[in-house]
This record gives sequence, structure tokens and C-alpha cells, in this order.
Amino acid sequence: MKLLRLSCWLLQSEWRARFIQIIVAVVAIAMGVALGFSIHLINSAALNEFSAANKSLSGQSDMQVYGKHGFFDETVYPKLARYEGVKLANPVLEFTATVSATLENQNDHQLKILGIDVLRAAGISPDLLGIPAEGRPMDNFADDAIFLSPAAMEWLNLEQGDVLHLNVGLESIALRVAGGLTRARAGRRIAVMDIGAAQWRFHYLGVLSRIELKLEPHIHHEVFKEKLTRELGEQFYVSEIVDQEARIANMSRAYRINLNMLALVALFTGSFLVFSTQALSIMRRRSQFAFLRVMGYTRRQLLLQILTEGMVLGTIGALLGIVLGYGCAVIAINLLSGNLGSNFFPGIQPSIFISLQDVILFFIIGLSVTVLGAILPAREVVSANQASALKSGSEDSAMNRTQRSRAALFCLSIGILLTQLPPVYELPIFGYLAIALLLIGGIALMPGLAKLVFTFLQRYVSRYSRNVIILLTVARQANAPNQTSIALSGVLASFSLIVAMAIMVLSFRISVDRWLDHVLPADLYVRVADIGMQGGFQSNEQNAIAGLPGFVRTDFFRVQHLTLNPDRPEITLIARPIDASQPDNTLPLIGDVLALSQLPEGAMPLWVSEAMVDLYGYAVGKKVRIPVGDTWHEFSVAGVWRDYGRQFGAVQMQLSDYQALTGDFSINSAALWLDAETTMAEAYAALQQLPFSNALEITQSQQIRESSLAIFDRSFAITYVLEIVAVIIGLSGVAASFSAQMLARAKEFGMLRHIGVTQRQITLMLAAEGCFLTLLGVTLGFILGLGISLILIFIVNPQSFHWTMQLHMPWNWLLLISIVMLVSASLTAWLAGRKVLAGSVIRTVREDW
Amino acid sequence: MINSFIKKIRLALFFLFSILWLSTVASQQSVKDSQFAVVSPGHALIFPQDYGAHPDFRIEWWYVTGWLETEDKKPLGFQVTFFRSATGHDPENPSQFAPKQLVIAHAAISDPTIGRLLYDEKSARAGFDLVYAKENDTHVKLDDWYFLRDSKGHYQTEISADKFDMQLSLIPTQKMLLQGENGFSRKGPNIEQASYYYSEPHLKVTGSIRHQGKRLTVSGHAWLDHEWSSELLDSRADGWDWVSMNLFDGSSLTAFQIRGKDGKKLWAYAKFRNANGNARFYDPDQVEFIPQRVWQSPHTNAVYPVEMHVRTGEFEWRLAPLFDDQELNSRSTTGAVYWEGAIRIFQEQRAVGQGYLELTGYESALDL
Repeated sequence: MKLLRLSCWLLQSEWRARFIQIIVAVVAIAMGVALGFSIHLINSAALNEFSAANKSLSGQSDMQVYGKHGFFDETVYPKLARYEGVKLANPVLEFTATVSATLENQNDHQLKILGIDVLRAAGISPDLLGIPAEGRPMDNFADDAIFLSPAAMEWLNLEQGDVLHLNVGLESIALRVAGGLTRARAGRRIAVMDIGAAQWRFHYLGVLSRIELKLEPHIHHEVFKEKLTRELGEQFYVSEIVDQEARIANMSRAYRINLNMLALVALFTGSFLVFSTQALSIMRRRSQFAFLRVMGYTRRQLLLQILTEGMVLGTIGALLGIVLGYGCAVIAINLLSGNLGSNFFPGIQPSIFISLQDVILFFIIGLSVTVLGAILPAREVVSANQASALKSGSEDSAMNRTQRSRAALFCLSIGILLTQLPPVYELPIFGYLAIALLLIGGIALMPGLAKLVFTFLQRYVSRYSRNVIILLTVARQANAPNQTSIALSGVLASFSLIVAMAIMVLSFRISVDRWLDHVLPADLYVRVADIGMQGGFQSNEQNAIAGLPGFVRTDFFRVQHLTLNPDRPEITLIARPIDASQPDNTLPLIGDVLALSQLPEGAMPLWVSEAMVDLYGYAVGKKVRIPVGDTWHEFSVAGVWRDYGRQFGAVQMQLSDYQALTGDFSINSAALWLDAETTMAEAYAALQQLPFSNALEITQSQQIRESSLAIFDRSFAITYVLEIVAVIIGLSGVAASFSAQMLARAKEFGMLRHIGVTQRQITLMLAAEGCFLTLLGVTLGFILGLGISLILIFIVNPQSFHWTMQLHMPWNWLLLISIVMLVSASLTAWLAGRKVLAGSVIRTVREDW
Repeated sequence: MINSFIKKIRLALFFLFSILWLSTVASQQSVKDSQFAVVSPGHALIFPQDYGAHPDFRIEWWYVTGWLETEDKKPLGFQVTFFRSATGHDPENPSQFAPKQLVIAHAAISDPTIGRLLYDEKSARAGFDLVYAKENDTHVKLDDWYFLRDSKGHYQTEISADKFDMQLSLIPTQKMLLQGENGFSRKGPNIEQASYYYSEPHLKVTGSIRHQGKRLTVSGHAWLDHEWSSELLDSRADGWDWVSMNLFDGSSLTAFQIRGKDGKKLWAYAKFRNANGNARFYDPDQVEFIPQRVWQSPHTNAVYPVEMHVRTGEFEWRLAPLFDDQELNSRSTTGAVYWEGAIRIFQEQRAVGQGYLELTGYESALDL
């Protein structure tokens, strides 16, 4: 009982004395936990909502049949409806249509439409049934009616009874908004209409996008699926809801995990702050603890005491972090609707759902990180020799245990070795491990390195300089490197994170910028809504466009989506004229390229994106089969191009090959090059002359570039937030360790004052110390950060997203942030010193018994 | 949760019954009426073509009701109905999915040992050879349910529901019966309110039924009504009472009355045909339905006159149900609620025949 009281008393007094540092440490933990927790919440909310929305579309079906090229012939429907074991077959035609009206966001005018057979769908996906107006029950079968989800109504600003205009190729069709889809998920923008009407009005006659199956109760799903897959042939694939969930999770997995990793790095940085706060506080109280030991406190009790401190801090920090994280997540979901700036989860409005499991997990992470930060210094204190610990000046030697240069080097070398390992389950696990090891190793190496650097400096400085302040500073750092390193660990961790992120983001941005240059060579791009499965331009329109005056060159594009592997998202097939002799002119090729002459006789060349290499094992020279038109065809991979636009893979082929294989002469878009005399305004005017100009969507490549980069910046908005958090954590680390040191070194300052050093000189000395230390931290942080950024650029990105990029250094930003760090660290040190030195000289010396 | 789910389906499917039972109140869709064929007097029915479907008319049904007996002499009632409904969807639509015609099927078994109806239903758009109502001869199919007239003029039907199935052959034993004036059957005071209507009384039934996990061999007699129209009911109509009687002496009687919203008779009809084929036709004022005993449904609270006296001219027939609870309650699915039951027919305490009675429009307003 008495012991407990003593323990409480000790805790209280300690916290009263170091209130600010405690707050800072708690805030650091809270921020780390909050960041991790909110990212986790947002991602899981978005993923849940996305898969729930998907599930509500496919309803309670047991299995779904898809075509590998997207749409497939409807004749398979009666076959499936009669198939043994099938209780109900529900045909669905799903497509996107272009809204004619000008909407707020020019790039966002696609409406997803589901054509369903109400009577079949009623048994499988009741969420999709439209609610007609009273007395108009037949609207469910009308040829001119469409039902809109509440979100779609709001988006289009339409109500029941209004008319919705949609583009089909060069025409616009009008549909009556017959009612709502009240059971559509909040925020989901979809429309539903009769499948027969949809096939007719939108030119999808004879095709379906999927058939949902409900099986008889006794059917064994696996066996059924295998048999059906075999019998349908290679044009189709059969999937279950679980497969689709996996597919959706797969689509965004790399993205989500990378964000979570970033959050963990933030937490990791926060833990250094705790470590430095705790370590310095313990060091400062060494004599106090030794005294307690002498008075009869056992080792266990002492250890418990210190651990309790850590636990209490950790608990408060972690709890605060969870509350903060929840708040951030709610705000972020409302502002960014769960996208976190990326576009993995379009058209949904997720809501945050907290599970106790998650709360406990993040609480435990936060708490254990804090306790870990407290354990290391605590163990040292507990095992210390009381007699020597009681003496003044033993603080530094006490830290010998952490001086493990050899272990640090080991960490570093393992980290470097790990970078050579391949991804695990398509995730750069080893890359992240390497980053963690580099950080740990780098920090552990600090004391040794600091000693080395400052000893060298001391020798050099003492030879050439007689400046008291510099001499004192260097001597201090050279001879007490442990305390130095603790102050540095926070700076090092945060600065290396900033450097790594900054280099990665800039490299990425410049690479994207150059890539855009390469993929958008034309001046203007003209697009039109699709006509069913066909591109919107038929040969007449193509001739009209090609015949326009003022353009030197016109390229036509045919873009389609197809499925190679049902477990993976669709890939994009782009057919366009490609300069056969110099494909480099058309495509941003990288690595080896096969010239046309090197291809086998009669082989059709295919240029594939980097993702195809990683995901499907394509390689230059390899023969591959992909479905084009109605059947699969063999192609030779002639080159690999860089693609930041389609993470799941894309292939390009000659438009002429495509047309020969499919007989499909329609195209989706045209790229136009202005001749030297034509201005942009004249080009627009020429296009307006076309009889179908109203249906055209004209974009300047400049606009596409700008919006692409804007999207890029938005995607990385979260990393900027992380950088700022890292700067704050790093600076508070400096502030915390310096203020702690100031208190601990009060005796030293008193002594210095006694031997004639002025107060001003001491404060200057402190500022110089701060400056030197930060300089060292920044330098090392830079080296470490560069290493980490190399891992991010050359390992994590290619392994997660299947694209490569070139290294670019953001020198200006790095210089700026270093100066900010240096100045603020010096200022912090100076301010902390001034506070301590304001006290009486006599008293500070007397403290030394 | 489940309620809202059920409600949802019901909302979606209710329209079918709006068409079949109420929608014949044509005013709302009068614009589209012009596209449907009109029933007119003096038009001669031609067979076998008129056995088949008439897609130009808005609605059509083949309605079979009958009495069966199991091998151990237990009585069962059964009903198999196929409806066809034209939606008014643009006939130009070339899509195979274009919902120009819908087919709806109801099937029920009345088993007095269970004390209520076993019931199932299906509905789908015609197309892909999965669902159709063929022209030229009776052949209606809805997935694995069908009703057809074979080359020998025998009707075959097969129904397989979750709780029961039926495979029945129905063989005509008499000439068909043209209702009304040579098949032109008026349904209201206006001459447009009419249908083409013929019946096949005294069909001999053989076949089997799976019921309560057992397959039973059954035999009995049935009655088929085939009726098609574009405009059936007066807007003042609230429902109808309809009865078909296979009398033991080989004669048959059809009688119905259309009730107004005030419960009074709006229109009535009866036709009696004896075993020799001599028919007698009754005017609306000669036909009366007089309730004798009412039964309140515990499922829907609707009150049905399950025991009736039917007066046709000087004859009076007493109708007594096989059992009371023969309410067809599909509130959980399509929302249609009516009483459709096997009845015994008495004349002065003497059992003279068996038949089926249909009572519609007695349920409280549908709770939507």
C-alpha cells in the first residue's frame, strides 16, 4: 500500500517537473496511432463499401458467368437457364453511358447503367428493382424508362418524371426517369432499365455482360463451377462472390498496404521521440533511482516503476490517437469520400465502421511502441551499480549498452541484402523490412558515428581554432556521444523519412510528366460516346475527321477492356497506328525492343506495359495469346512500355492488325496534330464545322496533362501530410531532448559559469550544439533517406504497382527543409538553455552534492 | 429486415396483378390501348388456332381447376393457371429480351388434410424458347412449367414447385363449350367490356402428384377456361364471384357475377349445358349469388362468402367448400390475394356435382 503511494508520488512529481516533454511525447504517440488508425479506417471503410456495393449489384447469386472480352453472346443465357443444377439464371447487361448534360466536373459524366430482367432479378438482386410511380406498374418493362439511384438523381439534378439525355455515338437519346432505386447504396450512382430496352437503345443487341446463377440447394459449388467452366470454354469464366471480393481486394491491396506502411513509419518515428524522452528522463534521474535502490527499492520495483511510467504515457497517447484517428477518418471520408485522393474506389460513399478488434490492435501497437521506448533505458538503470550511478557525470557512460555499432552495421547489411529479394504475394514485404532495418541500423549507428565525427572534428578544430564556444561544443559531442545520439535519433528518423518521400514523389512526378509527354504527343484529342460495344466513330465520321483542314496528322484509337485471368482486374487493349520501324516514336518503350524484322514470319507484334511483364510473365520475344474479337490470337511481344495509367496491365497493337482480326472498323477516339499555320482556335472552329460536332468531346493534350498531374498531386496529398507530421515529430524530438539535456546538464553549466564562461557564451554554445547535432542528423538522415528512397523507387513501387521510374532529386526542397530543421533546432536548443541558465549559479553547482 | 425485403419484391411484382385483376380498368393506359386488339361480337372463333395464344390482346389465360382422388380415395383440389400479358413495349424493338409478352403461372393444391392451399407461382418475359405462349394451339411454357394441347387433343401439364409437383393429362370427354354468344362473353354493361371465352368441362384427369414427400397417383375431372381480352372490367368493378360446375349427370354450369364497389351486382352471366349438349343461357338479372356463410381469413383478415347459393333462373345450387381455408395468399410475393377453392354442389341436400369457386376483391386494400 505504502509502496503504491510512493509509486504514485514519484510518477506525479516526475510529470509535474517535465510536463511539456510528457505532453510532446504523448502527442507524438497519439499522432502516430492516429495516422495509422485513420488510414486503416478509411481504407477498410472504402473497401467494405466497395465490395458491399458490388455485392448488392450481384445480389444473392451463387455464381456469375462473365465473358473474357467483356460482353458476350446472349445465346449462352438459355443454355445456362436450362443447365442442370441451375435454379435461376439472371441475365445482366452492364455498361456506362455518357450523360449529355454539361455537369460540374467535365471529366465525370459517365453513368453506370444496368439492364435487367425485373422478373428474374427479383429472385437474385432485389436491390436493383426500380420503383415506378403509382399507377404505372408497366414502367418496369417500358422501352423508354430508366430508374435512377438517389445519388444519381442528385448528381444529375433530375426527379421522377424528368427526361434524361444520354449520348450514344453521335446521337443523343432521351429516357424518362420512371422512378428511383431506393435500395441502392448511399452515394452509389447507378441507373437501371429493362434489359431489352437497354440492348436496343444503347446498341447492345444480342450481348450480355454477365449471367448470375442461383443453384439448386444440393449442388456442390466447386464441382459445378469446374464443370461449367470446362463446358463454356475459354471465352467465359465462372466466378463466385468470394472470387470477386478477392478481386476487389486485390485491385487496391498494394495501394492500401503502402499507405498502412507509411502510417507505421510515422508511428515508428513517434516511438523514437518516446524513446528519447524516456531515455533522457531516466538518465537525468539516475542518481534519484540509485538513491531509491539504496533506500531499499528492489530492482523489480524500480523496473516496474519505469515501465508504469511508459505504460501510462502509452495508454494516454494511444487512446488519444484512436480518438484523433477516428475524427480524422470521418473528416477525410466526408471531404475525399474514401478515395484518399486515389481512384481505386469510384462512385461510392463509404461510412466509417469501427470494430473493437481494430481499436484494440492499434491501441496495442501504440502502447507497445511506447513501452519499448521505455524498456531499453529502464533495463540499464536497473542493472547499474548504485554507487557509481549516484555520482554525477555518469549519464553518458550509462548509455554504453546502446552503443552497438556492430549490431547496427549488421542491421544495415541485412537491410541491403533484403533489397535483392523478390516480392511476397505481389507485395514488397522485403522492401519494407529493408527500410525498417536501415532506419534501425542507422539510428543504432549514430553514437559510434557521432563519436567518430566529433573526435575527428575536435582534433581538427583544436589545431586551428581558439574559439571557446566551438571548442566546448565539439569536445562535448566527442566525449558524450550517447546523449547526442538520442537527440539525433528523432531528427534522423524524421528527416530520412522526409528525404525518402520527397525524392520518391518528385521522381515519380517527373517520370509521370515525361511519360505524359510521350503518350500525349498530339495537340487535340477527340472522343465520342461508344455505340454499344463499338467505338462511336464509324468510317464516315473517321473520313470526315481525317479530311479536316489544318491538321498534319490524325491517329485513330480503338480501346477495349478484356479479362485474361478471372482473378485479376481487366486489362486494356489499345489498337492504334504504331510506327513499325520506330515504335519508340509512339510508345514510351523501355529496355529491349524487337524490330519488325526480328519478329517471326507473319507474327503480329504486341507492345505490353510493364505490369503485363510482372503480372502475366510477358517478355520481349515471347509468344502470347490474347482474346481479340471473337477468338484468341497469338502475338509476339515486341517491346515493353511504361504505363502509369493502368496499373493492372495494358497492351497495344497495330490498328490494322486489330481491324483485320475483328472486322471492327469503329474507333473510340482520334488524336490530331495541328499544322504549323493553324492555331488552336482555328482547329476548334474546324471541328465545330463537322455535322456531328455536338456529340464530340474535344480535349487539348495540355488539359489532359494538367488534370493528370492534378490527380497525381491529389493522390500524393496524403504523403505531404505525412511529411509534415514527420517534420513536427522530428522537431519536437529535438526540443524534448534538448530541454531534458539542459536540466540534466545544469551542473555542467554551473561549473562552466564558475570557471568564467559567460551566460551568453553558454547559450551560444547550446545553439551551436543544436546546430552541429542537427547538421550531423540531417547529413546522416539524407544518406539514410536517399537509401530508403532508392528502395521505394526501385523496389517498392515496381513490386506494388508494376511500374518503374527514374530517380530525380528535389534539391531545393531538401535544402529548404534542412535549413528549417537546422535553424529551428538551434533555436530550440538556445531557448531551452536560456531557461535553465536563468537559475542561480550557486544552486546549480550545489546540486552536485 | 425480411419484411422490407418482402415488401420490395412485392412492390416490384405487384404490377402483374394490377394488370390481371384490377388493371383492366383501362382508363390510365388508354393511350396505349389503341395498340391492342379489340373484342367484338360476331367474331367467330376458329379452332385449332384459337386454342393458341392471341398476343395482340392485352391479357389471356388458360385456367384449369379440378377435383382429384388419390388411390386411397382421398379428395384433392388443384389449380393450374397460365396467364399471358402484353406489356405495350415497343413492337419495333428487335431485342430478344424485349418484354413484349409476359407469362405468369399459378399452381395450387387444396388438401383437406392440410387445411390450406399449397401454392406456387412464376412469372417471366417470353423469349429464348424458355418462356412462351404459342399461337395456333395451346402451348404455354414458363421455364420447366408448361401447359399444352397435344396432337390427340389431350392437354398435358407439368408443374414442379418447391413444395409439390404435378404431372397431369387432361382428356376432353365432351365437346368444348363456347361461352357467351359463340365465345363472345360480356363482362360488364358496356359492350367493350368483354372477352373471347371458351371452356372445356368434364376433362378426365390422370397423372401423379408429389405432395408432402410422397408421389401419389391421381385421377379425377377438371375444367379448363381459355379467355382473352384487352379490356375486361368496368371501372366501377370491385371483384367477381365465379363458379364452374362439373355435374355428375354430365351437364355443366358456368356462372359469374361482377360486383361493384358497393357490393352490388354490376353484371352477371350463367350458361348451363346438359349431357346432350343442349345449352341454356341466362341474362344478368336471372343470375344471383347469395352468401350463406362467411369465413374470415386468419392470414389477411379478408371475409369471404365461402358458402353460397347460386340461383340461375328457377334453379338453385348450394355451394359448400371442400374446406374453408382455400385462400391463395401471395402477399409475400406478387401480392395477389383471392379465394380459389374446390367446392361441392348440392341441390336440395343432394350432392349433384363438384366444381371450383373463385372469389376476388374481398381482401382489404393492399397494404403497400
